[in-house]
Amino acid sequence: MSGGNNTFLGMPAFPENAAAAVQNSQLRFNLRKATHTIRGKRAGVVAELPDWMELRQAGKEIKDHTLRNLERYLLQLEEAVTEAGGHVHWAADADEANRIVADLVKATGETSVVKVKSIATQEIGLNEALQAEGITAYETDLAELIVQLGDDWPSHILVPAIHRNRSEIREIFQDKMADWGRAAPEGLTDEPSALAEAARLHLRERFLSTKVAVSGANFMIAETGTLVILESEGNGRMCLTLPETLISVVGIEKLLPSWRDLEVFLQLLPRSSTGERMNPYTSAWTGAVEGQEFHLVLLDNGRTQVLADEVGRQALRCIRCSACLNVCPVYERAGGHSYGSVYPGPIGAILTPQLRGMSSAVDASLPYASTLCGACFEVCPVAIDIPEVLVHLRGKAPHARAERLGMRAAGWVLNRPGRLGRTQRLGSRLRRFVPKRLPGPLSGWTNTRDIPDIPAESFRDWWNRTDGGAR
Amino acid sequence: MRVALFITCVNDTLFPGTGQAVVTLLRRLGCDVEFPQAQTCCGQMHVNTGYPEEGRLLARHFVDVFAEYDAVVAPSGSCAAMVREQYPRLTRATAPAAVPAAGTSADATVAGVAPAGRVRVPSSGGPVSFADEVAALTPKVYDLSEFLIDVLGVTDVGAYFPHRVTYHPTCHSLRGLHLGDRPTRLLEQVRGLELVPLPGADECCGFGGTFAVKNPAISAAMCGDKVHNVVSTRAEVLCAADNSCLMHIGGTLKRQRTGVRIMHLAEILAATEVTR
Repeated sequence: MSGGNNTFLGMPAFPENAAAAVQNSQLRFNLRKATHTIRGKRAGVVAELPDWMELRQAGKEIKDHTLRNLERYLLQLEEAVTEAGGHVHWAADADEANRIVADLVKATGETSVVKVKSIATQEIGLNEALQAEGITAYETDLAELIVQLGDDWPSHILVPAIHRNRSEIREIFQDKMADWGRAAPEGLTDEPSALAEAARLHLRERFLSTKVAVSGANFMIAETGTLVILESEGNGRMCLTLPETLISVVGIEKLLPSWRDLEVFLQLLPRSSTGERMNPYTSAWTGAVEGQEFHLVLLDNGRTQVLADEVGRQALRCIRCSACLNVCPVYERAGGHSYGSVYPGPIGAILTPQLRGMSSAVDASLPYASTLCGACFEVCPVAIDIPEVLVHLRGKAPHARAERLGMRAAGWVLNRPGRLGRTQRLGSRLRRFVPKRLPGPLSGWTNTRDIPDIPAESFRDWWNRTDGGAR
Repeated sequence: MRVALFITCVNDTLFPGTGQAVVTLLRRLGCDVEFPQAQTCCGQMHVNTGYPEEGRLLARHFVDVFAEYDAVVAPSGSCAAMVREQYPRLTRATAPAAVPAAGTSADATVAGVAPAGRVRVPSSGGPVSFADEVAALTPKVYDLSEFLIDVLGVTDVGAYFPHRVTYHPTCHSLRGLHLGDRPTRLLEQVRGLELVPLPGADECCGFGGTFAVKNPAISAAMCGDKVHNVVSTRAEVLCAADNSCLMHIGGTLKRQRTGVRIMHLAEILAATEVTR
């Protein structure tokens, strides 16, 4: 069974995962092609808007304002949803959220649910939790369906199956669709239209026969209690309208104070994520619609803890557009699975260690999964300074003893010009004995690169000897 | 105007020729430069690796060394960006919690608490916090190309360098300092120089300080792609405004026996008919 965060537990640290991934030439080719295509599209549609930087600033400020007043707006939302006939549940952590959803499904007497793509439910491992209760969760987002059928993990926020190419997808459809429902058509080719049609037929049966749906939401509007989903395929709309019971699991940070604020994000999100001016489907629902029962599960799962960190809290502004993944040179080569979380890429590198803490090997290594090149910050539609948060988290990360000693020694040398000068002169004198391949942790560097020759004289010694070049 | 050179520890130790080129160039442009002997390192390696306390000590030292100058010029985008971007954050981290004690007014809080970073008491006025000292210094810290174009107002520095050159804008000069096209504007004025565009120029080379050590496989893959792009330009020289990135790319260029040389922007700008 695919999906949740439980599958990621016990993963090796990021460098080991990435070292294996980078050897996979098919993966590198798929990722490079996909990320470069979408980053080009994004740049094009962003350049069309002369007020993009103002929009970005507005997005940042609305989110910050909401986060600063989160409690007030959440209570306002709860009141509005209840008023509109919905039921609001508060979940402190993954277990509580999963229990609430499982109980709600069991109360309907159903044993299956359809799902709109939702990262929050992957974060809490909902599919696995429901499975343990005898309830099958069917993914209906095309990429999510590919991941589920392939017994795989999502590797991208927007395109969870970005690591698969179409011939792999064809194989997965042919081999696995029958186990989950309607089988793939005979003679299925790897043409995108044929693959889409196979998925459409497979999913249509599901939509028409399932009575309970589980969704996430892109935004929640406090003033009216409205939830909003932006999507591209229409599967979301089917899930939201056809079933008799709708259960939405949403992180508490997805709040916006008013409808008016949505104007900003309906421009920021599609352009940043899919490189489109507008997403094909925008669905909004308020409370319970006629004949439907609606439950909203508000998920904390570490978010209030992130909110308490003055530097780190900006990660909660994230609207899950994935623009940072698509420009990240590290993500492009390491792939999404290396990050050991449903949140890969630069945003995952700052969000996951904050939500989960840094006690596991992979979580402690995530703040270092970046060169701090700043490309992610530049494209972020809500101006999350990801490099700033990475550096901040590195300050809190556990450090190996050898590194700590080395850094302290370097600090000691660099803290006094006399010590630095003496170390330089020692290095110059011994320069012929410096090996071309360095030992220990530095060997990774010299495996593929030549170290520069150590000069006979440092700049400061040259300056003193020649009086700054005057002699 | 008293102009101080911040040569940076990497240049001082491994690339003294770059520092010498900066001296030659600025003197040729009529600038009287000083090299404060007490300078060491901006602290970037410590801060970026997760050792803010050590970094703060080095920042403290940097401010003490350079506070008295009118301008500080560094031949390194990443070290200049460190001072301008990260020092203010380091001082914020030392500032006391912004929550006033019960019963005190906001004004009393500002004046009443002694920040942990407070060290100096200048001759006139009240106590100055480390944050104030950093705020006073950071606008005076320039990358070389900024100093040439924005302060000295020159783009033609009288250089001569008859070679085919491609330019890699390092991440920190591009997205930290926002140098824009300043370095290439300078290169375009160099007589004899043929500037060829580098494909994927704004993509990181994979150095990232200790990233190259902590994530060697990804770092090598990134550098491999960068080197591939450099070689595709058929340039003789790869130029950048930061020797750390050049050392990284240059190490791979050399290992792969490509024959492409690395040169710091300052070295090309310092070159004349006499030197080459």
